[in-house]
Formats: sequence, C-alpha cells, structure tokens
Amino acid sequence: MPVVQDLAFWVLSVVAIAAALGVVLVKDLFRSALLLAVVFISVAGFFVLLSAEFLAVVQVLIYVGAISVLFIFGIMLTRNVREGNVPNRLQIPAVMCASLLLVGMIAAAINTDWRPIPEAAAQMVDAAQTQSVAGPPAGASSSGYAEQDTGLAELLIADFVLPFEAVSLLLLAALIGGLALARSRGS
Amino acid sequence: MSCQLASDSILYANGIYRLVYEIVGVVLPCWVAYAIAGLVFAFILVNAVLLGAAVITWGERRVLGRFQNRVGPNRWGPFGLFQPVADLVKLLTKEDLRPEGSDRVVFSLVPVLMVAPLILMTAVVPFAKNTALASLNVGVLFILAVSSITSVAIFMAGWSSNNRYAMFGAARAVAVLISYEIPVVLSLLGVVMVAASMSLGTIVAAQALPFFLVQPLAFFVFMAGMSAELNRSPFDVAEAESEIIAGYHTEYSGVRFALIQAAEFGGVGVVAAIAATLFLGGWSGPWSEYLGWLWFLIKTGIIVFLFIWFRATYPRLRIDQIMAFSWKFLLPLAMVNLVVVTLEVFLLRGDEGVLTHTDLAIMAAINLAVTAISIAVFGNLIKDRVTFRTRQPQQVVVPGVSTIEVS
Repeated sequence: MPVVQDLAFWVLSVVAIAAALGVVLVKDLFRSALLLAVVFISVAGFFVLLSAEFLAVVQVLIYVGAISVLFIFGIMLTRNVREGNVPNRLQIPAVMCASLLLVGMIAAAINTDWRPIPEAAAQMVDAAQTQSVAGPPAGASSSGYAEQDTGLAELLIADFVLPFEAVSLLLLAALIGGLALARSRGS
Repeated sequence: MSCQLASDSILYANGIYRLVYEIVGVVLPCWVAYAIAGLVFAFILVNAVLLGAAVITWGERRVLGRFQNRVGPNRWGPFGLFQPVADLVKLLTKEDLRPEGSDRVVFSLVPVLMVAPLILMTAVVPFAKNTALASLNVGVLFILAVSSITSVAIFMAGWSSNNRYAMFGAARAVAVLISYEIPVVLSLLGVVMVAASMSLGTIVAAQALPFFLVQPLAFFVFMAGMSAELNRSPFDVAEAESEIIAGYHTEYSGVRFALIQAAEFGGVGVVAAIAATLFLGGWSGPWSEYLGWLWFLIKTGIIVFLFIWFRATYPRLRIDQIMAFSWKFLLPLAMVNLVVVTLEVFLLRGDEGVLTHTDLAIMAAINLAVTAISIAVFGNLIKDRVTFRTRQPQQVVVPGVSTIEVS
C-alpha cells in the first residue's frame, strides 16, 4: 500500500527531525539523550520502510539498547545536568566541525546517484539485508547448503573478513583500555 | 465488495488476521478492513499481556503461599481468583502522586514505556499454528531489540523521580540488564543455529526434539539470565526492599504503579511464552494441530511455575555475586554451549543443511553430558567467589590497654 508507506515516511520524517532539533535545543541533558533515542527509533522505522528488517532491528538493539543507555549512564554521573551545557571555549571549533560535516553530507547526498538499482542487484541487496544471518530460510533448501546465498553472513565472513576482524581487534583494545582505566591504582 | 490479502504480505501467514480481514472486507472498504483486523489483533495481544499479568500475580501469590507453608489469597472468588481485580480497583482509586521536583513528562511516560515493549514482543510469538501477528524473519533479534528498550524506561523512572533510592535502583537494574543480556543472547545463538532461522515459526517447526533436550545448557543459561533480567528474586537487588525501598518505582503510586506492576508480571508471562516457543516446542503437541493453543498455554504455565519456584527457593544475592554469576559462570557456559553446538551442527548436518531427528538425538546425548560437566566445573571454579565470607574479628593488642575487638 503505497499511500500508507508515504504516510509512514512523512510521520517518521517529522518525528525524526523534531526529535533531532530537540536533542540540540532542549536544555536538560537527560531529555536530549532520550530524544536521541527517539531519533534512533525513527531511523529504524526508515530501515523498515526500505524493507531492511535486519538493519532496523539491529539499529534498535545497538543504538537504543546500548548507546543511549551508555549516554544516560554518562549523564547520570555528571553534576548539574539540569542547568544544561555550560558554554566553554570549544564553541567555535564545534560550530566549524558541525558545519563542515553538514556541508560534506549535503555534498554526498547531491552527488549520489539515486536512481533505482537494476533488478538483479536489487535481489542481491534484498538477500543481504533481509535474509536470516544464520543461513538460508527453511523451505528454500532445494540446492546444497554451500550454494545458498546466505546474505549478511556471507558478506561478513567471506568478502569483508578483514575489516570485520579489524573491528573486533579495535573492540578488544577498547575493552582492555577500559579495564586498565577502571582498575584501582596500586592493586 | 470483497478483499483479498496479497500473498506476499507479511500478515498473509496469519490465519486469524486473514479471516477477520476477509469477513470485514465483504461489507466495508479494504483499508477499513485492514485497520479493523489490525485492531482486533492488537486487542488480543494487549489483553494477552495484561490479563496474563493479572493471572500471574494471583498464581504467584498462591504458589508462593504453598511454598512458604501458608494459604495465600483465597477469599475473593473461587480459590481467590478475583484477587487481581480487587488489587486493581484498590490501585485505581488511590491518589496519583507525583513527587516535587520530578520531571513531569518523563515521569508519566515511564509506565507506558514499560508495558509497550512487552506487547510488541508478543507480536512475533506464534500462539498456535499460523497465529503470530507477523512472522518476521528476524523474530529472535526483534524480541531482543524490543526488550532492550526497557532499560531506557528504567533509567527514566530512576532519573525523573528525583529520589536517591529510585536512582540507585535504576543504576542497579540497568547494570544487571546489561550484564545478563550477553549470556542470554549467546544462548539464543545456539538455538538459532540449530533451527537455521531466526523466525519463531520456523524454530517451532525445527523442534522435532524440543530444544531444552537438545541444548540443556542454553536453556539453563536462558532461564537464569531471564530471571535476572526480569528483576526477580534471587536477582532482585534493583528493588531490594530492605536496602532501597522499591528501587526505581519507589515514587510511583495508583494507576502508574499498577501499570509498572503489570509490566513486571506481564514480563514473566511474555518471557515464559518466548521460552516455551524457543525451547519447549511452542504450540506443537500430540493429537490435533487445532489444540496448539492448549499446548502453548500448558508449556508457558510450566515455565511460569519454574520462575516462581526459583523465586521461592533462593535467597537474594549481593550485587557483586550477581555480577560474578553472570560474567564468571553464565558467560563461560554460554560460550561452551556455542562452541559445542557449532561443531555439532557443522559435523552432523547433511548435504541439504538439515538436521534429522537422529542428529538431534545425538546432539541431545552429547549436550547433556557437556552440560553436567561444564556446570560442575565452572560451578566449582566460582564457588569461593560467591560464598559469603565473614570477616574474622581481629585481635588488636595494644600494650597497657585491655584487649579490644575490631571487626
């Protein structure tokens, strides 16, 4: 139903933009963290509209369930949150960074070729996005297990194995760093 | 006018939805039928959670009563069955208090945010053949993702209450939630691997042998982890009455308290339903496939009973013991299960990538032994970490002064 999809898209867009504005404009840091979670959920909604259920679910799991919670933990350990962010000397560099980022993103959006992709490529993308990570869907096992297109799993473990492993190494380093920082001195 | 649901729609597999849609579609335009069928299903799910919560409060109090050698509520209605109604009326007539200096909007949003994820989680659970609202192909992940919203809601409750104890409760609850998420997810990975799918419908179909026999270790980790995530005894430091009043919902009263309580007990029901689907074979059972709902209810009831049994049996753990239990006991167990199941699936599956009934039986035999050994080994390793160590009073000898005890 295209009408319903359009409606959903506009509702999600309005919510996402309003919440994003709220993140910046609301004074209470705790509330802005919550509004950030709303932005993440709306983005998950966009993923659903693009029929990428897997990405949508992972978006909620990682960004809402983990990253927002981390932010809130951080805010909880900060004093005088309700007075908002006290202005400091980093204001001008921050404005410059943000503007550069905005310009970059707008340039990327303009330069991207937004034409719909051809049918064969669309099927590949579909398989990569929506198929179960564990393996082929049941009932589709007509050919051998190895020949099945296993979507994300295949991409992660075969084609992009090096970046994947590099990320895991980065996480390990972060973990050890966290432990080293958290360990009480002298013990 | 008659409406036909497109066969590629995600709702097509749902028998009840299609039936309502087609009946309503005879007299009303299709988009109205679409909405009405959705509302009918939403009505069923909301009531499944909230009425389930009511029944579980009653059941829990009765069963706990039996465990503690007393009677429990038995006055109102047969076996005290109307007790939840009385409780609800009492809570609804209470004054709706809001503490001074609280964050009004956030404070009022919390009860809704506690209940909503539970109702969303039921959307992918098949209650009987072809009755999951949406048989998502990422069902298991969907459940995990939606349940993770609860931790944000708990933080909101703790923060907006403007109360130290609520804050402590929220911090404890979220710490527990984050630590137990990892073993639970790893234990579910084993289930997903054997079923070769994340759709709950397919997982039910794959259980020629129920998965609690095929992967007893995963079942154990899941049940222990989930009791912790539901903030139930012995893991209920987040609302330990003797330490921090009632934790994050200290300041809630009246209808908001009722909703938070409903979320807590409804959570037990929903998690039990999910456990029954993932490990006990869901709606599948002997005799007729039209009896699926009955098998599903019986299996869910068994899991709920197990949760109540845990609660009645074990005393509350300290927070460090809870953390040790998760990171030093459940996590290694989940890892062992993951490695063993990966090897078994890799070696046993045929060319078609399908595990036969015999394969599952072999896996069950191996995994039972692995479970017994690994629980014994890791339980032994962690034993002196979690046993209560009393500090011996030290004799301090000071010349010229009579001996004093410093504890």
